[in-house]
Amino acid sequence: MQFYSRRKKLIGNSQTEQLYGHCLQFYGQPPIENISLSEFETFAVDRLKLLKTVENLGVSYVKTSELYTKKLDADFSNLNFPYKIEASTKDDRKPQTGPSEYEKRRKDHISHFILRLAYCQTEDLRRWFIQQEIDLFRYRFNDLPSKNIQDFLQYNNLHYHTISIDEKKNLMDKLITSSFAVSGSTVEGQDFYKVPFQDALDLVRTRKVYLNGGYVYIPHQDIVTIVLNDFRTRLSKALALTARSLPAVQSDERLQPLLNHLSHAYVGQDYSIQKSIGKISLEQIDPLSAKSYPLCMRQLHRGLRDSHHLRHGGRMQYGLFLKGIGLTLDQALQFWRSEFVKGKVDADKFDKAYAYSIRHMFGKEGKRTDYTPYSCMKVILSNPPSQGDQHGCPFRHSDPELLKQKLQSYKVSPSGISQILELVKGMHYQLACQKYFELTHSIEDSWFSLNHPNQYFMESQKLLGGPGAGVKVEVKREDNPATKPPNPSPHQTPGPGNLPQEVAAEITEDLDSFFQDA
Amino acid sequence: MTTADYDQASLPDLLPLYYRRLFPFSQYHRWLNYGGVTKNYFQNREFSFTLKDDIYVRYQSFSTQNELEKEMQKMNPYKIDIGAVYSHRPNQHNTVKSGSFQALEKELVFDIDMTDYDDVRSCCSGADICPKCWTLMTIAIRILDRALRDDFGFRHCLWVYSGRRGVHCWVCDEAARKLSVAARSAVAEYLSLVKGGDETVRKVVLSDPIHPFITESLTVVEHYFSQYALLGQDILGSKESVDKVLALLPEDILFLCATFHMIFGVHTKGHYFEMEIMLQYCYPRLDVNVSKGVNHLLKSPFSVHPKTGRISVPIDLRELDRFDPFEVPTISLICEELDQPKTEEEQDDTMENENKKEAGDLLVSDYKRTSLAKYVKVFDNFLEGMAHSRKGEVLKNSGECNLYP
Repeated sequence: MQFYSRRKKLIGNSQTEQLYGHCLQFYGQPPIENISLSEFETFAVDRLKLLKTVENLGVSYVKTSELYTKKLDADFSNLNFPYKIEASTKDDRKPQTGPSEYEKRRKDHISHFILRLAYCQTEDLRRWFIQQEIDLFRYRFNDLPSKNIQDFLQYNNLHYHTISIDEKKNLMDKLITSSFAVSGSTVEGQDFYKVPFQDALDLVRTRKVYLNGGYVYIPHQDIVTIVLNDFRTRLSKALALTARSLPAVQSDERLQPLLNHLSHAYVGQDYSIQKSIGKISLEQIDPLSAKSYPLCMRQLHRGLRDSHHLRHGGRMQYGLFLKGIGLTLDQALQFWRSEFVKGKVDADKFDKAYAYSIRHMFGKEGKRTDYTPYSCMKVILSNPPSQGDQHGCPFRHSDPELLKQKLQSYKVSPSGISQILELVKGMHYQLACQKYFELTHSIEDSWFSLNHPNQYFMESQKLLGGPGAGVKVEVKREDNPATKPPNPSPHQTPGPGNLPQEVAAEITEDLDSFFQDA
Repeated sequence: MTTADYDQASLPDLLPLYYRRLFPFSQYHRWLNYGGVTKNYFQNREFSFTLKDDIYVRYQSFSTQNELEKEMQKMNPYKIDIGAVYSHRPNQHNTVKSGSFQALEKELVFDIDMTDYDDVRSCCSGADICPKCWTLMTIAIRILDRALRDDFGFRHCLWVYSGRRGVHCWVCDEAARKLSVAARSAVAEYLSLVKGGDETVRKVVLSDPIHPFITESLTVVEHYFSQYALLGQDILGSKESVDKVLALLPEDILFLCATFHMIFGVHTKGHYFEMEIMLQYCYPRLDVNVSKGVNHLLKSPFSVHPKTGRISVPIDLRELDRFDPFEVPTISLICEELDQPKTEEEQDDTMENENKKEAGDLLVSDYKRTSLAKYVKVFDNFLEGMAHSRKGEVLKNSGECNLYP
């Protein structure tokens, strides 16, 4: 790719029409046009937002369920990515508001390759990127009507041909006895594809498919797995190759900071600054903990009150949460000191040992990074608690029996408890927490998608009309701590050309360390 | 008797004769060269030799058939193994940058060993075999050959008697040679039905639905079962062996079965005890590890088995039921046969040989005068089959007529 600032050039229509003839692609060929820096950045950030949504929804919902698809649909069109195929076939030539289908596909194409540059560098980044791209691909592939699937396969040299109806009839018995999942109606109702056995090794290995003459016969419902495996293999190889040519790309000064920011960006609210800062008094914390805290924080607060102490993991998780709900540094220091002093720690020791780390949390010590409160993802996936710890996510880390008892003590109804436990069994921890929210606030349906403890608090306060609701969360732009100049100004960027604020990527130490400690 | 008395101690005398006059080098090279389609395919192939006093040398490779002959005649290996085709000449692997020397292709191979059936054969154990248990090999070959051919679409499977207690299969199709480790392992698992070691009593577990592969395999087993298991192995003939059979059935069925008639007449819905028992007694047991590795070394066809003296000969599948491992010639036999006075026909051949030698051509082996002849013929037919396929491929691809050796 060639880069020229503030200049866009479109290649002739016929060539690109062929390139973007399908709304779904394997991203085999890199884009070969010129693009402006700002478009480069917009595309990248938008795709990152999309992948982040895919990630969040993937944790909260079953990936093929209707709810998942609906929510992803909404985000998809909001971010101007190529959408449902029926829509696209109709409006190609019609003038309409917003970008055309062609432009959406182009964006899809280019943004994917830009993110490859950002996410090829480490094993963790690659794994994350591949996982989200696969989920995204699966979602879009499942959406394609049959004819488009055939076209897609052909276009991408996947020689998976469907068998004729006659052949299906002849093979009916064999197809049914080969696979538990295939019944007579499956054979009649679905297309069957002939796939070389080398492309379906898992099915061959377990003898779950009909094999003849070196080909396996796969119903349409299963062809997705085969295609996904192919996609995963291709992408994996491509990323490895990209990593090798990365030094050349990174030597371009205009791109290096952006690529770094992208791989560390958490695009979305991070609750680092609250408009409600200072609006909460220390006396309100106890009642607030019962009303508006998510279960993890309620547990931590309880633990702190009971033993007048919390270990490091708990102090970090709870301390940052408190910052997020609006406590000032002074309030925080007072809060922690008053509690610790009731235990085995005297005021002096507190000031020496613990005060430092609280100030550190607020960015007043050491490298002065203003740490951000942990998201649900971080709480669930990293630093699992061990004996004596109170941190973590109770839905994830607590023994179900203990969880049940706790919920009972918090007066959650028996039917509510069993609903929560069901969700926990299915590993839908954030959904379980959301259910907890609904039950404790006596509402039928929560309107938000839970992914952050401070979000829980804020939504709860909004509902109850409390002081912690805040008006709007300010999205503050922060530089990558590694390249941060001594006196940071929110509008300064290393490198030539300022990045427009509306596409500013949020950089947080939080996600930086998340990617590094996995 | 077709085996002249073989004594391992006489190998040092017999081997030079074998490699000079009997080993079918021409066909051997024709095989491993695969029509010369891929450059350096023969040159990059690894061979390993086991020499006298158990000296083992790996990474042997040869540029030409002549070089192979000369080297084998010089070293007189007790055993020859064939390995993979590598990225570089194996005998130069030390000069290659570490990491670059890779095994690229190899035939897909299977090794069926009679000792793996010891828990279900009563006639012999360990390295011994007899005509009664040899049927297990026949069954194994039938089942696997059918599956490789029909299910996987492989057309060139060479079955070889190992010389003592088992058989090997070399799947030589191009697609087979190019298979990855994962693919080989998947094929081997697809073909595996008998699972478990000494601690497992019930080694075959079937459940709905019964895959067509199992149905086909059972057809083969059923064909041989009554002859083999009930009569030959006499699995219900003694209390001890009856107990072994009954150990495979769950408790609640047992009290219903007093005699073997009832055992094989009882069907419980969803359960397949009858089929499981037959499969446990007869279904091929293969070692997945042998098949998995691209770089795995396996005994070469026409290698001598040092313990028995028998030559590892190809098996003619058209005459499979008549194959008798005890009829397979030993090295001492065929060397002896060389000394017999020649027939007229053979005299003509020898003249031809002499002429060729004078002309500097490669010698045609004297195997035709020995019991080895018919097995080399089987090999020839196999090679013809492959050459024919290659021709077909070329015609398909180029639309021209191109003759390959």
